[in-house]
Amino acid sequence: MKRFIPYLLAGMLFGFTLVKSEAASWYRIMEMFHFQSFHMYGIMMSAIVTGMIGVQVMKRFTGRASLEGTPMEIPKKESGRYKFVIGGMIFGLGWGIIGLCPGPIFTLVGMGSVGALFALLGALHGTWLFGALRKHLPE
Amino acid sequence: MDTLIHWLQSPWPWYVAGPIIGLMVPLMIWIGNRSFGISSNLRHLCAISQPKSIGVEFFQYNWREQNWSLVFAIGAMLGGFLAGVVFANPEPISLSVAFLTQLAIWNIPIGEGFLPPVLFGFYWQSFVIMFVGGVLVGFGTRYASGCTSGHAITGLSTMQAQSLLAVLGIFAGGLIAAHFITPNLIGGIKP
Repeated sequence: MKRFIPYLLAGMLFGFTLVKSEAASWYRIMEMFHFQSFHMYGIMMSAIVTGMIGVQVMKRFTGRASLEGTPMEIPKKESGRYKFVIGGMIFGLGWGIIGLCPGPIFTLVGMGSVGALFALLGALHGTWLFGALRKHLPE
Repeated sequence: MDTLIHWLQSPWPWYVAGPIIGLMVPLMIWIGNRSFGISSNLRHLCAISQPKSIGVEFFQYNWREQNWSLVFAIGAMLGGFLAGVVFANPEPISLSVAFLTQLAIWNIPIGEGFLPPVLFGFYWQSFVIMFVGGVLVGFGTRYASGCTSGHAITGLSTMQAQSLLAVLGIFAGGLIAAHFITPNLIGGIKP
C-alpha cells in the first residue's frame, strides 16, 4: 500500500490545482473556446513549457531507478493517424458541450457535483462503446 | 495562518496553476516511470465492471497492474473535494466582460459552482446533456488514446506528432460545439 502514497498525493495536487485554477469550470472552457480570456491558454502553454523542461531534465536520468524501482524513460504514444484526429474531434465535441474533460470530471465528482456524476456515467458508457466498436474503426 | 487559508481559498492565476500541472509529467516519470494522464481510468473502470459473459477484448487485461492510475484518480477526487468544498472560493468566478456579455445573450444565468445552474440543477434535460456529452468524451478520449492531460500536456511536452494531431482534433471539435451546439442546447433549458 505504501507505494501508492506518491500517486495519491500527486493526484490530490492535480485535482486541487484544476479546481483552484478554475480549469474544471464549464465557464472557463466556454470562455476559452470563444477566445474571450487568456486564462486557459496561459495555463495550457505554461504547463506544456514546464512539462518540456521537466522532460529534458528527466532525460538525463533515463535508465535510472524511479521511486518504485522501475527504470525511467520518456513516455511514447501508440502509432496511428486517423484515430487521433477523429477521436480528438469527438472528445472535443463533448468537451465543448459539458465543459469538462476527464480530469475535471473526476475532480467535480469529488466535489459532489451531480452533473459531473452523469458525465462520468456517460464517459464510462462511451468508453465501453468504443471498446466494443474498436475493430471497425479506422486506425 | 489567515494568509495561508486566504491563499488556499482564492483562485490561482494561470502562471501558478499551469506550471504545477506541467510538473505532473516529470513527477509521474520520477514516481514510477508512468505517463501522466487520467482518461485511461475510464477503461480500467470498464475492465473492472465488465461481466465475464460479455467479454469485450479491449477490456480483458490485468487492470490490477494499473492500480496506481486509479489511485491517482482517487487523489484527484480528494483534491477536488479539498479545493472545492473545504477551501471553497467564497467569491463568484471572475469571468471576462466579453464572456459575461455572451452569457447574457445566450440567456444563461450564472450560479455558484463550476457548472451553470441549468446543467448543475435537477432538470432531466441537464442529466441527458451531461450524459451524452460524457459519452462523447469517453468514446473520443479512448479512440484518440488520451485526453487533455495525456495529449495536450504529456504528448506536447514530449513533442509527439500524434498528440499534435489529437490536440488539433480536440480544438476543432470544441470550437464547433462551443459555437454552434452549446448555445442552442443550453439556452433552450428553462429552469
